[in-house]
Amino acid sequence: MNTCPEQIVHYMHAYLDGDISRDEERELKRHLESCQQCKEIMNGLTESIAFIGSAVQIQAPNNFVNGVMARLPKEKSQAGFQRWLRKHPFFAAAAMFVILMSASLFSSYGNDQQFSVTKQPNLIVEGQTVLVPEGETVKGDIVVKNGTLRIEGQVDGNVTVIRGSKYMASTAIVTGQIKEVDKLFDWLWYKMKKTVTDIFPASVKEEPVVE
Amino acid sequence: MDELVNKRVNEVLKGHQDAFEEIVTLFQHRLYQVCYRMLGNAQEAEDIAQEAFVRAYTNIHTYDQNRKFSTWLFRIATNLCIDRIRKKKPDYYLDAEVPGTEGLNMYSQIASPGELPEEQVEKMEMQERIHYEIGRLPDKYRSVIILRYIEELPLQEIGDILNLPLGTVKTRVHRGREALRKQMSNV
Repeated sequence: MNTCPEQIVHYMHAYLDGDISRDEERELKRHLESCQQCKEIMNGLTESIAFIGSAVQIQAPNNFVNGVMARLPKEKSQAGFQRWLRKHPFFAAAAMFVILMSASLFSSYGNDQQFSVTKQPNLIVEGQTVLVPEGETVKGDIVVKNGTLRIEGQVDGNVTVIRGSKYMASTAIVTGQIKEVDKLFDWLWYKMKKTVTDIFPASVKEEPVVE
Repeated sequence: MDELVNKRVNEVLKGHQDAFEEIVTLFQHRLYQVCYRMLGNAQEAEDIAQEAFVRAYTNIHTYDQNRKFSTWLFRIATNLCIDRIRKKKPDYYLDAEVPGTEGLNMYSQIASPGELPEEQVEKMEMQERIHYEIGRLPDKYRSVIILRYIEELPLQEIGDILNLPLGTVKTRVHRGREALRKQMSNV
């Protein structure tokens, strides 16, 4: 084989792949007639291809289709939702915005477990209890979170108690509104109103929000 | 055929899982056969072929309907087969010398699973022999030989399936044929 031109082997494969030119094919045939060694190689190649090609067609096992269907993820609605998102990127963005915004609201509801109170000059704070002493007047709003508010005196402003309790003595006077926020929904509503009042303080002062 | 497949693909895209059953029915034998020839045993072939359909289902939105569905499907399956074959391979070097011995390497310690004694091979039935010879081919050549001579796919399509340029496919087919010829003439 060492004496044979190198391109002969290439011609053999080109012939088997069906992309050989006429001239090349003629050259190959001429060579094979004269060279026993190359002829054997060519026959070996053709035979092994024919051998592999005579393999029987294998069939999948009987329960194959059922097996596949059982393995498919059962998340039709989710898959449908994902496709919907892909088709409507604008809504997807809007939905994402809403989800993130509400997530931040909810998380602040959950994490805000600490006691806090608005600082006013004559409030008395004992542990988690805030006292408006009898005979005193607190000027301004009071917000108490996660604590108890006892009102025995007078408050010139709004009182808000978030997740806590409030006791009003008979002497108590509150000139503004009294609100207790306990449930998640109330909390959300309160947050939204607060955001609005923070953004447009003037307009809200003129027409106070009525519950 | 392609039109029917695309119709079913669109139904699957709309969320109809049932439409996928028809796709599986249409391609199950071809896909299973490729996996069986690549992996060499029925159990793994069933597992990988089913996994390929599951992947096709979950990634159906990535299928470009201007291309042939079977090409896309075969691509998923052959990738899974190649991964599986790689995982089965031991990650130590067989030709590393065994400590405390002279000139003894791991090859002499194990009976190679791909090679059988001559007299056993001669007793094989033809179909068994075909399967054996395919299994003895190196992975690179095995995949192209299966796709070319059992699936009878054109070279270009084999390139699309294996993500190889046409020239590389040709080279592998040539070397695969050469390897087959040598395997068969040695016995």
